[in-house]
Amino acid sequence: MIRAINLSYSANKKTILDSIDLEIRQGEVTAILGPNGAGKSTLLKCLTNAITPQHGQILLDSKPLYNYSLQELSKKRAILSQSTAISFPFTTFEIAMMGRNPYIKNKESTEDREIVRQTLEKMDAWHLRDRIYPTLSGGEQQRVQLARVLAQIWGIQNSYLFLDEPTSALDLKHQYELLEHIKLLSKTYNLAIVIVMHDINLAYHFTDNTIFIKDGSIALSGHSNEVINTNNISDCYGLSERHAVRHFAINHSALSLA
Amino acid sequence: MSTLAKHIQLNLLFARFKVSSLFLLAVILAFVCIAAASIGSVNIPLSAIVTGALNDQQEAVLFSIRFPRVVLAAIVGAALAVSGAALQGLFRNPLADPSLIGILSGAALAVAAVIVFAGPSQGYFGLYRLSIAAFTGGLVTSVLIFRFARLAGTFSVTYMLLAGIAIGAIAEGGRGFIAYLSDDAQLRALTFWAMGNLGDALWPAVLVVMSITIPATVILVRNARALNLLLLGENEARHLGVDAERLKYVIIICTALSVGAAVAVSGIIGFVGLVVPHLIRLTIGPDHRLLIPGSALLGAILLIIADTFARTVVSPAEMPVGIITSIIGGPFFLWLLIKQYSGRFGI
Repeated sequence: MIRAINLSYSANKKTILDSIDLEIRQGEVTAILGPNGAGKSTLLKCLTNAITPQHGQILLDSKPLYNYSLQELSKKRAILSQSTAISFPFTTFEIAMMGRNPYIKNKESTEDREIVRQTLEKMDAWHLRDRIYPTLSGGEQQRVQLARVLAQIWGIQNSYLFLDEPTSALDLKHQYELLEHIKLLSKTYNLAIVIVMHDINLAYHFTDNTIFIKDGSIALSGHSNEVINTNNISDCYGLSERHAVRHFAINHSALSLA
Repeated sequence: MSTLAKHIQLNLLFARFKVSSLFLLAVILAFVCIAAASIGSVNIPLSAIVTGALNDQQEAVLFSIRFPRVVLAAIVGAALAVSGAALQGLFRNPLADPSLIGILSGAALAVAAVIVFAGPSQGYFGLYRLSIAAFTGGLVTSVLIFRFARLAGTFSVTYMLLAGIAIGAIAEGGRGFIAYLSDDAQLRALTFWAMGNLGDALWPAVLVVMSITIPATVILVRNARALNLLLLGENEARHLGVDAERLKYVIIICTALSVGAAVAVSGIIGFVGLVVPHLIRLTIGPDHRLLIPGSALLGAILLIIADTFARTVVSPAEMPVGIITSIIGGPFFLWLLIKQYSGRFGI
């Protein structure tokens, strides 16, 4: 479990996160939603200690996050950032294999290769394995990065997965497949999964909990199917009621029918 | 499973091809060393070197002039190429090069200051003094460029190149000023040294440069896998268990040491650090575990060839080898630009 207690972060005298308290549990998928610039990515960076908040504490399995070594953490959690541009001609397979680094002493084992094959297959990218990564399309690159991140915690019970807008470059089919896999993984291996996302409908259908961030604070949190409704959407995003209904209710009913 | 088995088999074949291409480079290097040693104003046939059937004059020329020169060219070429490869990994950009982003200029400024203000000194002490000055100059420039490149928060290639150009210009200005203050003899020494040449090759110089660049290269090779991960980004590398802060300093210090040692004995030899790693990436691949040793071997081969050319083409006079590497390297860099950005500029 991750617990954040009274988390505050500011940069250049501007408060970006303001006294955030939250709990993220194993076996659940948690969505972080909110308007642009609300502090979603900053929150994710704090939770993954990419940046250090000025105030507050983060506990990972009831031990302070900063007491873990990089090696310990690398076998316990995996993180997908928003963009990873690589200008060197590595193959897709080599990129995905980088996810196995915490377990490789000198040379990758057959087991490492088998895991990378599985994650690439899961992300529908095994057929791209010998392609040069920088020549792939944006969506293909995103799937390869997802495979790399999954390879890092593949088969490890009770581990953590953080995804920052993992579906931003994916087509509809791959968006749905990804979230279905993610949901299944969280139940099978008892993973705690945190996804920063913009698609409210996907959050509604595939996540267990949702946290709405607005102006650096938690505006609302709870079970996704309870807190995601037109009222809260229009409040959080400053969207007119009419637009919120259009965006959510129509898609929602159409999806429910399907 | 069968697809995986096939994939593994293909990969093993591939890996074997890659390792054997390193071996091939080593064989070529050995041949080039001997061939280069046989070429020059005193005629020493290849067969005589191999069989050892040399007269006294040939032996003297070979062991106190040709061999130190060839070995120095090899070491300097390897040091520059390895530094280029490591810097490109650090900056996550294939266009980073010690000469291009001003690190060589920074090192050269420090060396010029020592030559003019501290006066001449011979032997190992003088060589190490120049090396330390060049190392310090290179280190300060590297750190400055790295800081500037990250001004915008995340690493920016534009900032890196622009900061490199600006810092390079400042260093060149400083070197010009020092040259202005110097007397005629110093000026001549400075100018000739700055054009890049291996004419002062004696065993002490070879040993000094070796004692610095070989450990630095070994350290870089040991960090090769971490360097691969650094290409994903600093945070990504950290999430995969790499101490990225430490790694960055290891790279900067090792490259500054290698570049410093090379600059101290041979002046400014440009473009080796850019061209060589690129050729290795094209043929063997971008994996630093092979890229760094491959760059060392190819850098050595190319600089021996260029230097042999430099000392024979206008014989009995000698041309600075830096001129040759720039004449070949400049167009190569332009070709690289066109190739990399052809889609964007519609060239």
